[in-house]
Formats: sequence, structure tokens, C-alpha cells
Amino acid sequence: MSRLLKHREVFLFLAILLVLVLVTARFPRFAQPGNLLTIFNDTSILMMLALGQMAVILTRSIDLSMAANLALTGMIVAMTNAAFPGVPVPLLMAMCVVVGAGLGAFNGVLVWKLNIPPIVVTLGTLTIYRGLVFVISGGAWVNAAQMSPDFINLQRAVFLGLPLLSWFAIVTALLFWVVMTRTPLGRSLYAIGVNPTASVYTGINVGRTKFYAFVISGAVAGLCGYLWISRYVIASVEVAGGYELTIIAACVIGGVSIAGGIGSVAGVLLGAIFLGVINNALPVINISPFWQMAISGTAILLAVVLNARGERRQGRVILKKAEAV
Amino acid sequence: MTDTSLHRSLPNRLDNPLKSAVLSWESLLVVVVVAIFILNSFASPYFLNAWSLSDLTFNFTEKALIALAMALLIIAGEIDLSVAAIIALASTMMGLALQYGADTPTLVAVGVGIGILCGAFNGFLVTGLKLPSIVVTIGTMSLFRGIAFIILGDQSFKGYPATFSWFGQGYVWWVISFELVLFLVCALIYWVLLHRTNFGRRIFAIGNNDVAAKFSGVRVDRIKFILFCLTGLMSGIAAVLLTARLGSTRPSIAEGFELEAITMVVLGGVSILGGAGSILGVVLAALIVGLVTFGLGLLNVPGIVMTIFTGTLLIVVIALPILFRMWRQRA
Repeated sequence: MSRLLKHREVFLFLAILLVLVLVTARFPRFAQPGNLLTIFNDTSILMMLALGQMAVILTRSIDLSMAANLALTGMIVAMTNAAFPGVPVPLLMAMCVVVGAGLGAFNGVLVWKLNIPPIVVTLGTLTIYRGLVFVISGGAWVNAAQMSPDFINLQRAVFLGLPLLSWFAIVTALLFWVVMTRTPLGRSLYAIGVNPTASVYTGINVGRTKFYAFVISGAVAGLCGYLWISRYVIASVEVAGGYELTIIAACVIGGVSIAGGIGSVAGVLLGAIFLGVINNALPVINISPFWQMAISGTAILLAVVLNARGERRQGRVILKKAEAV
Repeated sequence: MTDTSLHRSLPNRLDNPLKSAVLSWESLLVVVVVAIFILNSFASPYFLNAWSLSDLTFNFTEKALIALAMALLIIAGEIDLSVAAIIALASTMMGLALQYGADTPTLVAVGVGIGILCGAFNGFLVTGLKLPSIVVTIGTMSLFRGIAFIILGDQSFKGYPATFSWFGQGYVWWVISFELVLFLVCALIYWVLLHRTNFGRRIFAIGNNDVAAKFSGVRVDRIKFILFCLTGLMSGIAAVLLTARLGSTRPSIAEGFELEAITMVVLGGVSILGGAGSILGVVLAALIVGLVTFGLGLLNVPGIVMTIFTGTLLIVVIALPILFRMWRQRA
């Protein structure tokens, strides 16, 4: 049991269960399957964004521009939809992924080719992308009336009892799990974070792999641009303002080491769900929404303190087989 | 292999001193400052005017005060993302003190005191518990601003005394504002602290290699703790100035200040990986950001669009020397 508890994912899962039990003790309806699915659906976008962020953080980089990327792609797709309601939604979503990946690639090129530290690059592009939202929209909003019904309703369509939004999160998570654990790219991402110098000697192109990580986070941010806009049916300059730090917080709570090389898909999902559960539980137990920020801040700090115990300065073993020999 | 381009502002003493001074990061910044100044004076007839130049200083002094302390912290290899939240909390506490009839000196003491306390809390979490500062301060950022939200809700505190407003609106002499004088004095103090004392030398040592610094007798944790207290102190001072200038406190006060302060630091040639940088560079970078936003303001460019220019400036100014070096190596 104590060995199990050392696993971040198990610990987080128990923490989430604890919150659920505590809240349900007073409000039995909270833990009903329907409500739990709602919470999952509410957290879907954060989960996807945090997974994208994880790919970047694993390589000892950081992407502060994800929320701005989301706002920009969201605005582009909303304006396209408002201007040409006939364009099919799947095409728009593909456009989102491409535009988002392009914005991510811009970050990636600066990191790869010019060796500028990622935090500086994405600090710059954060303000640039956010400013561009204003430039292309002229500061105007795109509201529900201007969006086509298909555009709004696609992600609300229910498939096998779950809204499509949840399915997007599930499929994204599966994709990430496959990439992270079953492909050379995933292995390279971890390897670079654990030891960049050693990675070079094993033949990994560090710069290019970081570039891929930024393209991945950009593509995810772009897709979430569409999902966010169609979920909250408003596109404006302020969309997801300040959300970049919430995304990183979800990663950190989920056990991703900011020093790179450590983190798992399951951990990140649970980290995001933890924030989602807390945010959903607060109004239920009659705590004013003004407390929300302080409580998530405390949760982040606690998670970091717990994270630091044990896992610090240790790489995770990537080649399990080699270890067994 | 990835870090070669980052120690750009650390002059090589073996080089010709005149040549290295001319080619330094700071002289590049001076060129940018002069260029933007000239551009501004052509772009708007209202620019070259003592009062309008004085207004300009209000654009950046509060953030630049924080940038001074942040520069030291980043040179030491740490970062503080919670500075804007500290402003919000300090400002809220000042507003709370005001409700109990605090006079101006008490208000200032509360603002500065809360700032130092918050900084010390960050410092304790980072040095005492050995946690990465970027994550700690993301957490305390939500925590500090969260407490401000808990206290204030959707209310605001108003009615600060006139003597208090002087800190944000007063002039020391003719058009020279108190904020500007305070900034220049602080810049001088920080310059001496970083470039002329053993304390400053140790900050560089920690940033370059904290393990080596520790083994050569530098009390790494204590110095980092002091540096966090300093960013807290400067955020507290900025909170006093900003609250006095706006004349009210809302929990959303100073949102985004942390990124602007870091932009100034990085633009000023401080390596984000630690170990290199200068106060002169930070002061020049603050001036650049102030000039750009003010000049664009005179041209009626909306605030959010200005951020495109600061973001582009940040990337271009940092990319240019790298591109130049790559081009020279190829030629």
C-alpha cells in the first residue's frame, strides 16, 4: 500500500475520491454519475491543454502562449464561421488544428533554430497572439447569434451517453498515451528532459524534438480554440485570459516535473480532473466563488510540496527491460 | 551546446574594452531607445513636451521597480511570477487598513510590510522546502490574489487620503514625479548592490553554478531568500504607488504586471537561465517599453495592440544578435 501511495497517480486518485466523498456526505446528489460526467465534460478542455503542455514541459521547455493561441485560433474560426456559415464544421476544426500547429511551430522554430529560451519565446508570442486577436477582430465580439447552429451544437451531440467534447478529450488522451509510451518521439521527449546531453549522444535531435513538442502543444491549443468558443458561444479578446498558468498548474498537480523528464498522461488527466472537481464542488457546498482562486492556489502548493518529496532530481527509468536484465 | 548564445551581456575581459563596450547589449539597447525616441517625436507633435515626457514615466516606473529586484532574482536562477498578486494583496490590505482609519504612514507601512511578508513566504517555500520557484510562485500567485478576492469580493476600496495620493501623483520638482525619482534612486541602489558589492558577485556565482557557489562558501539559500524578500518589497512599494495613483483598490489590480516586469528584465539582457545581466540594461529596457507604449498611445493605438509591439520587440531584439552571429559564422 505504501509503495502504491508513492505513485503520484494513485495518490491523486485518492485525493479526488476524498473530495468527492466529503462533498457527497453533505450533498448526496453530487456523486451521481450524471454529475460526475458533467464534471468530466467541464474539464475536457483543460485536460487536453494540459496534455499538450506536458509534451513541452517534458523537454525542459514551457509554453506560456497556449491560452493566447487558443484565443487567436478560436477567434479566427469563429469569424470564418460567421462570414461563411456554409463551411462544414469538421473542415473548420481541421483548420483550427493547422492554424494552432502553425502558431506552435513559430514558437518551436525560434527555440530550435535560434536557441532562444522557451520561456522568453512564448512570453513574447503570448502577447503577440493575444494582440493579434484584437487586430483581426477589431475588438468586436462574435456572439452566439452570429455562429451557425452546427458550429455550436457539434460538441454537444451525445454519443454513447457522453457529449462529443468528452470524446475529444478521451481520444486525445489515448493518442497522447500511445505517443508518449509507444513511439520514438515520446521516448525522445522524456530522454531530452532527463538528460539533454546524453540524448544528443544517443542520436536524438534535441532541437527538432522540442520543435515537435511545440507543434503538438500548438495543435492541441488550436483544437481547443474551436471547442472553447463553441462551448461558451462567445469569441472575444479576453477568451481564456490568464489560463496559461491554470494549464501549467494542472500539469504540476498531475506530477509533471517542471525540470523535465517526469510526467505521465494519467497523472496529467487526474491533475486536471482534480482542479475540475474542486471548481465544481465549491459552489455545491456553498463556498463563494471568490474563494476558488485561493483554494486552487493552496492545492497547487500542496501538490508541489508532495511532488518534491521523493521524485526530485531523479529521472524516471525509460527502458524498463534494460533495468530488468 | 544549447546555451552558447545566452551569456551575451557578460563581457569578455580579454577583449578590447572599447570594442566590447561598443558591441555590448546595453549599447544595442541605447540605439533602440534613441531610435524609438526619434520615431516618436516625428510620429506625434505632442511627444516632445516636458509634461508629456513626464506622463511617460508613469507608464513604466511601477513595473520597472519590480523589474529591478526581479533582475537579481533571475540572475540568481530563480523567478517570481507572483509579483502582481502581491501588489493585489498589499493593495487590498492597505484598503482594509483604511477602513479602520489608518493614516498615510500606516498605509505605506502596511503595503510595504505585506509585500515583504509575501516575498518571505515565497522565499521560504523555495529555499526551505527546495521547490522550483516557477511552480511555487504560480501557486502563491493564485493564493495571494485569491485572498484579495476573498476579502474584497466584487467590492472596491476607495477614499484614500490626499497625502497618500501624493505617492502616485505628486511631483518632487516641477515635472519630475515622485515615482520617477524613487525609481532612479532604487536603480542606483540596485546597481551598486549588484555590480559593486560581494552580495552582487555572489548572485552571479549562484546563477552560474549554485553547487559550485555553495562549495565556495556562498550561503545560497540565504541569498535566494533575501532576493525573494526584495521582489516582495519592490512589489509592496509598487502597490503603494499604484494604489495611490489609481485612488482605489480592486482585486484585479495590476493583472499581467508579472509578465511585463519579466519582459523588461529579459529585454534588458538578463539571461533567463541565470548568471548574466546588468541593471543598466534593465533600466534601458524599462525605458524602451515605456517609450513604445507611450508613443503608440499618442498614435491612438489600443492597449492590447501595444502588447504586439512589446512582444515582437522582445523576440526581435533577442533574436537579432543571434542571427547576426549565425550570419557572420557562415560568411
